[in-house]
Amino acid sequence: MVGRTLDPQPVVPRAESLSCPNCGASIALQAHGWAVTVACATCGSVLDATDPQLRVLQQVERAMPVAPRIPLGTRGTWKGAPWDVIGFQMVTIVVEEIDYSWREYVCFNPYRGFLYLSEYDGHWNVIEKLKRLPVHESLDGRPAVRFDGRVYKHFQTASARTSMAIGEFPWELRVGDRVVARDFISPPFMLSAEAGDGETTWSQGTYTPHEVIQKAFGLTQSMRRPIGVFANQPNPHAGRPKQLFTRLAQFAMVLVVMLLGNMALASRAELLSQSYTFVHGTDETSAFVTEPFTVSGRPSTVSIDIRAELENDWVLFDLALINAETGQAREASRQVSYFTGRDSDGRWTEGSRTESVRIASVPAGRYFLRVHPEGGEAGTPSAAYSLRVRRDVPSYGFYALAFMALLLPAVGAMLPSLGFEQRRWTESQYGSATGTGTDDEESS
Amino acid sequence: MTAPAPFTTACPNCGAAVRFLWAQAVQTTCAYCRSVLVRRDLDLERVGQQADFPVTGSPIQIGTEGTWRARRFLVVGRIAYAWTRGRWNEWHCRLADGSSAWLSDAQLEYAMTVLVPRPDTLPGVNVVSVGDLFVWNGTSYEVATLTHASYIGTEGELPFTSYDKQASLFIDLRNGDGALATVDTSDTPPSLYVGEYVSFDELALTQLREFAGW
Repeated sequence: MVGRTLDPQPVVPRAESLSCPNCGASIALQAHGWAVTVACATCGSVLDATDPQLRVLQQVERAMPVAPRIPLGTRGTWKGAPWDVIGFQMVTIVVEEIDYSWREYVCFNPYRGFLYLSEYDGHWNVIEKLKRLPVHESLDGRPAVRFDGRVYKHFQTASARTSMAIGEFPWELRVGDRVVARDFISPPFMLSAEAGDGETTWSQGTYTPHEVIQKAFGLTQSMRRPIGVFANQPNPHAGRPKQLFTRLAQFAMVLVVMLLGNMALASRAELLSQSYTFVHGTDETSAFVTEPFTVSGRPSTVSIDIRAELENDWVLFDLALINAETGQAREASRQVSYFTGRDSDGRWTEGSRTESVRIASVPAGRYFLRVHPEGGEAGTPSAAYSLRVRRDVPSYGFYALAFMALLLPAVGAMLPSLGFEQRRWTESQYGSATGTGTDDEESS
Repeated sequence: MTAPAPFTTACPNCGAAVRFLWAQAVQTTCAYCRSVLVRRDLDLERVGQQADFPVTGSPIQIGTEGTWRARRFLVVGRIAYAWTRGRWNEWHCRLADGSSAWLSDAQLEYAMTVLVPRPDTLPGVNVVSVGDLFVWNGTSYEVATLTHASYIGTEGELPFTSYDKQASLFIDLRNGDGALATVDTSDTPPSLYVGEYVSFDELALTQLREFAGW
């Protein structure tokens, strides 16, 4: 390659100061010919930056000038390159008769062109113009766009008006001009399409914490803390439920293994098996105690299984497992009922002839059962039933409780994340408690 | 193909040395007396005088080098245009294989394009509108902007003569992959340039202009 064969152009000098043709204040154009309009910081007049005389394009009445949080002329560093803040505008949208205004900053680098910052209620975005067009699609019945493999959900369409401007802009800005802005989000990114003047400009914003902006632009004055949730603010809780559910799945596996082990290892030793008959109407005298039996080994679950030969009948059993040595009783009652019949749908049954009582952690010792059958259908004389007592049966209740105990914190952890998303979407045009919009004004 | 070697000749107007960086150049401007010179075989004919035109703050200059599609290029010429948003330049680049490409710097959004053989379908100047779709060489493009621009000056070496041109309508087309096409309707028939947007970092430019304070 040929080296520098021509005389290099001299260093491009700093901008010369010009005068505002309206108020005479000094104006220095920083964008080296790339700005299209410049708004005088003193009188607010909008001037033609491409005209050496700075022709006045618009005279603006400035009711209440707003000071930019980053003063014009501030030099910052973004992605390793220096940028000068050269323009500032306030943009206002009206939603349900309420004005919402955000601040936009134009940054310039003579090699890299333009970069933009926006700030709303302490929420900052760094914005670059897109050079590729996103592809329109739809997601869950709402408009969406696809860009760089990400799907951006439509958030809001609003008419945005420039309500105040100072400094340089690389477009034909007028105070009061409106563009239709369509915002699509995929946090931390937002794609915005601004349509106005027969042209649509797409840009991509990246949500940037205010501390990062403060550091990048060397701002000494403390920045306001963000208020509420912004459209493309990343959900700080988003990762937590996922981590917890992974943990939960691991613990649930451990529980399943323990349960299977318990079922396989349980001896289910039979301690008592007896048959009896309960004569209906003898409730006062039907209570009795069984023969004593020995519970041995480590403390384990004792199961009392009742089987009653019922036919359209029921019996209530009051049971107590009583330690013969200490007299300590553990009581439980079960109603066994079984009804059957036939109707237009065919044969039906209700209830079951068997019931079980499980008593956890029964230590070794001599025990007996106290049994008190009661009740029954008036037309049935008696009911035959059998009782069976076994020890060391698998206990399922513990596993159910353990699983619930695992699930609760995981569900609890999802709530902040869901709450954050709800607050985000409340600010959108789909804003409602459920997050499902009905005012779907956009169909493209 | 080997690139013909650069050579030097004399300006027929002032006698200053005119250095050609690109042997196929058709038109150049004397850097000393600003005569617009057109090559007739080995001779240079003076066809006009380039008036001073306001410089833009482009960081690119004749002599800037860079990389595009893994090939080195050297900036050898420039056409400056004016439009409603000020000015921009199309920088004529000589690629390492001797072919031409154009580096556009409008509002410092860089794009590289090359002249391609004219396809069967080109937008009609009077009937084209934003949003029209075209497919060239298997790539689809959508008309994005129509730009009326006037020629405000040239510098260095060009592959065609431009001194006889005043204004043109440029039809810019884009697609979702960053591809770009421009129809220059100042040629008869119109000519088609295709290429893509490129970032400042991708171009890996050297020999750039310097800016005071930057």
